[in-house]
Amino acid sequence: MSRRFDILNLVFVFLGGLLLLFIIAPLFGMFLTTVPVSIFDTAKETEVQKSIWLTISTSIAATLIFSIAAIPLAYLLARKNFPLKKIVLGIINIPVIIPHSAAGIALLGVISRDSALGKIAESLGFSFVNSPAGIIVAMAFVSIPYLLNAAIDGFINVPEHLEKVALTLGASKARVFFTISLPLAWRNILTGLIMMWGRGLSEFGAVIIIAYHPMVTPVMIFERFNSFGLQYTKPVTVLFICICLAIFIVMNLISRRKRNAENRENK
Amino acid sequence: MLRIEKINKKIGKFTLNNIDFTVDKGDYFVLIGESGAGKSILLEVITGLLIPDSGKIFLNGKDQQNTPVQNRKIGIVYQKPTLFPHMSVFENISYPLKIKKLSKNEIIKQVNQLAEDTEISHLLIRNIANLSGGEAQRVTIARTLATKPDILLLDEPLSFLDVQLKRGMTSLLRKINQSGQTIIHVTHDYDEAVSLTNKIAIIENGTIIQTGTPQEVFQNPKSIFVANFIGIRNFFKGRLLKAKDQSESKVFEINGISIFVLSEEDENVLGNITITSESIIISEEKIESSAINNFFGTIKEIYETKLGFEVLVDIGIDISVQISRQSLDHLKLKINKEIWISFKASSVSFIKN
Repeated sequence: MSRRFDILNLVFVFLGGLLLLFIIAPLFGMFLTTVPVSIFDTAKETEVQKSIWLTISTSIAATLIFSIAAIPLAYLLARKNFPLKKIVLGIINIPVIIPHSAAGIALLGVISRDSALGKIAESLGFSFVNSPAGIIVAMAFVSIPYLLNAAIDGFINVPEHLEKVALTLGASKARVFFTISLPLAWRNILTGLIMMWGRGLSEFGAVIIIAYHPMVTPVMIFERFNSFGLQYTKPVTVLFICICLAIFIVMNLISRRKRNAENRENK
Repeated sequence: MLRIEKINKKIGKFTLNNIDFTVDKGDYFVLIGESGAGKSILLEVITGLLIPDSGKIFLNGKDQQNTPVQNRKIGIVYQKPTLFPHMSVFENISYPLKIKKLSKNEIIKQVNQLAEDTEISHLLIRNIANLSGGEAQRVTIARTLATKPDILLLDEPLSFLDVQLKRGMTSLLRKINQSGQTIIHVTHDYDEAVSLTNKIAIIENGTIIQTGTPQEVFQNPKSIFVANFIGIRNFFKGRLLKAKDQSESKVFEINGISIFVLSEEDENVLGNITITSESIIISEEKIESSAINNFFGTIKEIYETKLGFEVLVDIGIDISVQISRQSLDHLKLKINKEIWISFKASSVSFIKN
């Protein structure tokens, strides 16, 4: 019995190892074949700096702006039962399953200069197309399910009787939400925010359709590859991956440290 | 004062029926019922967490229908501690005080006072996670008292505590009540109830079947549930009739079995009888004595109890008899043995419905 289990274990380790290799090898290969000097040179280019900064800032803005509506929606979906709730739960996952270029096209129909929304924006002095505002909308569209799903899980895990007790202690519903539900669901929400931001940061398909310029880094990588070929694209790709990974690791460490602190409390 | 008037509430297949009672200021009101009887639902209706289908709740004369939960002055302590896990003990107790926008000094003063009253001063700086069940329950009570509720609702607050902790908590609850706090305490535990209360209501299947002082309720149990609660095993529903042979006597008929009863009630009255299991005699042969109730039966079950043995005898109905170990050994009682039981008419009490 235990021998059979060992063989099974070995098979699993082997298959799992292959998969990890599949993820790591292309990245690692690219790092090895890129000359460090060229990475430094690329980092000095203003165009590249601007693009990376644009990508990071728009993805953060997309996450923060859309979380204002996403977190309340997640709370409603976690707590309330209403007709067609299952359909709503399906709708929030649509952006994950449709091709992102298709999402871009659909969005463009809503926010282009000819649309009602586009006209409102124009009268306010800006445009979604080929602007950071459009990039934010495209990033948010494709990444919002990650936050919604994590936040729904978080709110479901908050014991309902704690919210009820808080009401009987004299707290208004809003106060209960901000002092009980939100802090207790915060771990999941934070993970969701990081996931949403990461997904927005790496978005290409929807963004390129709405805003080729100003150029976010994924679009820049595509453009350089098209115009100059693989070798010339590698430095900016490596640089962008390094920055993304660094921010990701730091964010995860911060959220994990917070988690550990909470765990200590709960033991 | 809390007045509950004809409350009805349907949740799924369960219904609260016409719940009606009054709790006076300073009362320690105990609501007893088995699990699933509707106790917790009733408490949630009183707090406002559940809206009744019909009926009214008056607190100090004021209709609470349009008063939201947070503005009703009703605190609730659940079975399991409901402390907020992301806050310390101090923060938990000060939660309702912060809502009242008290000054920092006032909050510290009140928390310290509450902690002293509930004997948890040493716990204030602790994290919730490090508290024992009993400590957590005390903190929960302190937090609820911080709201200065008109009514404190307790939903089986002792059921997760061991005997030692229960005793401490019981005396704390008594102390809180004696300081003037009106309490409604829900439980399925008779011992818990009787040591604290001055008013009892019995709830069964969503209906309050009896209310009164503990003495009134337990001396005249109106249901098997209440009777079992206080250790009466022989409780039967039936009808009081005139005896066929002796003109003066009365008999109580249950499933065709007639039991002689001393009662001044009229004939043909429906009611219940109780026979204390200690007053019944078991013998191998029929004995001649002053006991006029003599029945032949078979032993169905024998269990050991705190005081000896309980023998369940089938005489057409199941009668429980309490005997000592010596008697059990002496009569060589065992399951399926055929025996006689006898008891006096005076050891049967009849309670009119």
